[in-house]
Amino acid sequence: MLLIKGGRVIDPASKLDDGRDILIADGRISAIEKKIEKVGAEIFDASGMVVAPGFLDLHVHLREPGGEGAESIATGTRAAAAGGFTAVCSMPNTQPVNDNAAVTASILSRARETGVVTVYPVGAASSGSAGEELSSIAAMKRAGIVAVSDDGRPIANARLMRGVMEYCRTLGLPVIDHCEEPSLFGEGVMHEGAHSTRLGLRGIPAACEEIPVARNCILARETGAHIHLAHLSTCGALESVRLAKQRGVRVTCEVTPHHFTLMDEDIRDYRTCYKMNPPLRGREDRDALLEGIADGTVDAIATDHAPHHPVAKEVEFDLAPFGVIGLETALGLALDRLVHTGKISLTRLVELFSTHPAKILGLDRGKIQVAATADLTLFDPAREWTYRVEQSESKSRNSPFDGWKFRGAPMATIVAGKIIYQRK
Amino acid sequence: MPAARLSCRHLFGIEPLSIEELELILDTAKSFQKVHEQPLKKLATLRGKTVLLAFFEASTRTMTSFSLAAQRLGADVIPFVSSGSSVSKGESLTDTLLTLEALKPDGLVLRHAASGSPEFVARHLKIPVINAGDGLHEHPTQALLDALTIRDHKARLTGLKVAIVGDVQHSRVARSNVHLLAKFGSQVTLCGPPSWLPPFFASLAPNVRLSHRLDEALTDADVVMALRVQSERRAGDIFPVDEYAREFQLTRSRLKRAKPDAIIMHPGPMNRGLEIDSEVADGTQSVVLEQVTNGLAVRMALLFLLLGSTHAAD
Repeated sequence: MLLIKGGRVIDPASKLDDGRDILIADGRISAIEKKIEKVGAEIFDASGMVVAPGFLDLHVHLREPGGEGAESIATGTRAAAAGGFTAVCSMPNTQPVNDNAAVTASILSRARETGVVTVYPVGAASSGSAGEELSSIAAMKRAGIVAVSDDGRPIANARLMRGVMEYCRTLGLPVIDHCEEPSLFGEGVMHEGAHSTRLGLRGIPAACEEIPVARNCILARETGAHIHLAHLSTCGALESVRLAKQRGVRVTCEVTPHHFTLMDEDIRDYRTCYKMNPPLRGREDRDALLEGIADGTVDAIATDHAPHHPVAKEVEFDLAPFGVIGLETALGLALDRLVHTGKISLTRLVELFSTHPAKILGLDRGKIQVAATADLTLFDPAREWTYRVEQSESKSRNSPFDGWKFRGAPMATIVAGKIIYQRK
Repeated sequence: MPAARLSCRHLFGIEPLSIEELELILDTAKSFQKVHEQPLKKLATLRGKTVLLAFFEASTRTMTSFSLAAQRLGADVIPFVSSGSSVSKGESLTDTLLTLEALKPDGLVLRHAASGSPEFVARHLKIPVINAGDGLHEHPTQALLDALTIRDHKARLTGLKVAIVGDVQHSRVARSNVHLLAKFGSQVTLCGPPSWLPPFFASLAPNVRLSHRLDEALTDADVVMALRVQSERRAGDIFPVDEYAREFQLTRSRLKRAKPDAIIMHPGPMNRGLEIDSEVADGTQSVVLEQVTNGLAVRMALLFLLLGSTHAAD
């Protein structure tokens, strides 16, 4: 038995924001009361901390199978735990691609053996993520996928996307899309604008994202499917989402901490830890993301944790793979940039990290209630700390936030009643 | 007043340099111009020094110019030319250069197709790095030799009207020239079809104008610079070359709009009949060959300033 005492419990699902003790027995929440005394229970002193329903990251690349040089389920989930996440969605662009039930089952089996947080696999939308025909989505659903996506290899073909949406609507699965129009992406390596012009780096225009966002909203309206738009980065993309939501389209979206924090002008000395896809956008885009997070257009914060081996990343900017790691800095950035600046409340922060991600996937989690699985994220909004990437639990080091100071830190991560991470 | 010395031990581009530093380089280059006229052209200034020339993009001209500049200063050169990317051979750029650095050169001249590669490489090497052209980013020695040529003819770099015409988007020469001329307070008009001249260039530096009409760009120009149409880099380009030749080629009749004493420049190699008409290229206003000669002086100046003993002492 574990007794969490003295914490501020924030559970948006039950509209609770008050001091509560939480008693956990057999991996489940057995009591939530103002004061609980329990002889024999292990006591966790949560005074000064927020106790939230376990965070779920909708967008993580665990790289296993096939990319274990950069990350594994073991190391990726440890990084997740250190960032306050109790569950992650693993993207299907592994080797082999998670496009069939056998791969899904093997990922889940590895996650049970080596993972410290819950892993929800996302299946490939098309076979091999090749963008030609549908993968075996129903079989993967039975094996345990929670959504489909061709993340990393965006679905350029509108007819295929419509087919994926039609099918997933009947299966009750959300379709996640990395919105990117290949002909506009070209050989781009950063946001197209004054800064790419100055640096002489090939640009990726905002329209490259905004065209498929609009297309996806139109197709979701036509098919009735639930489309979840991954890591949106531009002002125009959010405008389309806002409009589609007003019209009742089943569209949700996520934004990453690096996109709501950094801008193209922050790219320094051609350092590849600033290279990711979608790229860091312009100041007006970054500001629009902050606004969208505050006004509710954005449903979730997801990291797009994309580990790459240091050798792969320590090359010329043009040649470096896209992606940054983000699991351990997400909460610090969100508290610093969103809560401490007064843009959102702590309740809204918990919604973005926990309540909404669970809802987007239709999972019965992301709430603190008696009998629910005891997945909890404990954080201290005032705790000051410095991120040192060399101390990361991840195998990779590709973070633009090395050496950043944060106010607000994950303190303990509890999965099924077990403390799997505790800040020293 | 020219600076007493350069503040950075590398030359990454024109953008980070101050006017005083640019003047120092140009004045030093000026003093080296005379060397080429002497019967014995070799100095002993960099005797005992070794310059590594690493060219990962084909460029006979810049390579020859740097090589001769180093040798005229008495330095030895290690030429290293690699046509394809080093990655295709399984060796990373850093490994290639660390291997070459083990031969103990005193400086590296780098030409590479990736923008920012000089900055990247400098983080891994101990020796000064001179950018001889990086991707679409900068080609600082080209802008400096252009500036020396302009100054020789116009006696100043301030208050001039300069038209740069061509595929600006893919031109590191244009970027470096814009930075340099804007620092000195000249007004640069960039000209080309919209596909080759995105609106973002207007914010590259102060006093930059964009024009999609050649006649407008050439009006009252003191200096007209044609950029090379890089047919080798045209994969994916949607603007037709013959349309460009009709609408943007520098011809004698179009150049009537420029000032009568305007000089005509080209970084070479020229595509005669494409971006420039032969009559103009060979005409009295053309300074194309002077540019080449001045390239030598400018590169000598930089090697002297960055590898010379005064700088090596600290």
